Amino acid sequence: MGANPETTQRVIAILAAQALCDPADLTPQTRIETLGIDSMGLAEILFAIEEDFDVAVPFNANTPDAGGMDLTTVETVCDAVQRLLDGPQA
Amino acid sequence: MTGRRRVAITGAGTINALADSVPGTLAALTDGRVGIGPLEFVDVERLSIRIGGQVRGWATEGRFTRAQIALYDRATQFAMSASAQAVAQAGLTLTDVETLRAGVIMGSAGGGYTTIDDAYRTVYPQGKNRVHPFTIPRLMHNAAAAHMAMAHGFKGPSFTVSTACASSNHAMGLAFQMIQSGAAEVMLTGGSEATLCFGGIKAWEALRVLSPDGCRPFCATRNGLVQGEGAAVFVFEDWDRARLRGADILAEVAGFSMTSDAADIVVPDADGALRAMQGAMTQAGLSPADVGYINAHGTGTAINDRTEARAITTQFGAQLPLVSSTKSMHGHLLGATGAVEALACILALRDGIIAPTMGHREADPDCPVDCVPNEARRAQVGAALSNAFAFGGMNACLAFKRA
Repeated sequence: MGANPETTQRVIAILAAQALCDPADLTPQTRIETLGIDSMGLAEILFAIEEDFDVAVPFNANTPDAGGMDLTTVETVCDAVQRLLDGPQA
Repeated sequence: MTGRRRVAITGAGTINALADSVPGTLAALTDGRVGIGPLEFVDVERLSIRIGGQVRGWATEGRFTRAQIALYDRATQFAMSASAQAVAQAGLTLTDVETLRAGVIMGSAGGGYTTIDDAYRTVYPQGKNRVHPFTIPRLMHNAAAAHMAMAHGFKGPSFTVSTACASSNHAMGLAFQMIQSGAAEVMLTGGSEATLCFGGIKAWEALRVLSPDGCRPFCATRNGLVQGEGAAVFVFEDWDRARLRGADILAEVAGFSMTSDAADIVVPDADGALRAMQGAMTQAGLSPADVGYINAHGTGTAINDRTEARAITTQFGAQLPLVSSTKSMHGHLLGATGAVEALACILALRDGIIAPTMGHREADPDCPVDCVPNEARRAQVGAALSNAFAFGGMNACLAFKRA
């Protein structure tokens, strides 16, 4: 299940703010590593997502692949946020 | 080197998650006892990270007077306990004139963190309109050093260094230089930290570098650092003075170097770490073959351990010394960590025991050092290094020699 349009729009706004780019420049396929965001920027993105959506994002910077947050592309981030919003029953 | 005075360690004291004394701590380090466990304080259930190297069963009654308890933050309490042990071991008796050339340099990253946490709790969630009148003198970073100077009558140079996780190595390094240069004869030095409270852990949680289940430095499965608390304090003394009065010298402080990465506020740089080790070794006159043990900064984060291992292998090449991180047992005491870790160096130099890196499960090809996994080892060590690499890219390395 992909993210709904509202979730996608809000996640893109957060990513664009951190990447200092226009939200229109980000597509679902845009790779996060191409946005020039360092580890601190990443922490800020996760914080912004938690604040904006009122969710807790499981993510440990030491084991980035172990949590539920796949930070590969814009789409994987949106999907992960949607899963957090839909809760464990979904 | 010529003209510089040599520096002896003639006393040591500590309180940390492993024990409330130096012999107890050395025994725990030898046994590979892990002092990390479930945290206990107000609101801990609101944290996602709930483990730490906490000092348990700490009773202030009986240790301190009522007036002292009112003035001492938990970090100051730890410092006072550790310094009393150190001064007693050193058997110091200073004349009035000598007190003018005796000082205190302490390291602290957080100062009176629990005092701040308690005061904020009082005025925000509890909605009260006043806090305890000693809130400021309790929380200030130099409180521990000030109370130590008062308690022992040291009237020379006294101050506190705050360089995050390198604070106590910077403090001990400066105390070393103070005696080396002739500016002081005797220094009380080390670090004290007590940040294990709701606000202290909550802030670290947000950085997403804490481990939820344990500190496993240099292990392929490591997943972050675990905070600890406590203090360690040493008596540094002019070598000739110590010899003359027949003091038992625990070790020699032989070299110190501090460098700055000047690169990133949190990501460490191998070059800064390398230069710190090289500087301390050069000052101490040590070649790679002379160094038998390194107490690593070894936080258990993915990036620190990889970067530190790279710096160590670059400096030592095929002559790698044993490397262990005792944070796996006492946790990361932030501004006091280097002071507690200096005890592991003394253990290696004096007793020939290399404290292990506990919690080790699986070798990490990115960390090709012998980290003395899970069991202490015997080794004759003539010289040891103690690394501290702080947020801010501020590095401080101490070199110790067997006395």
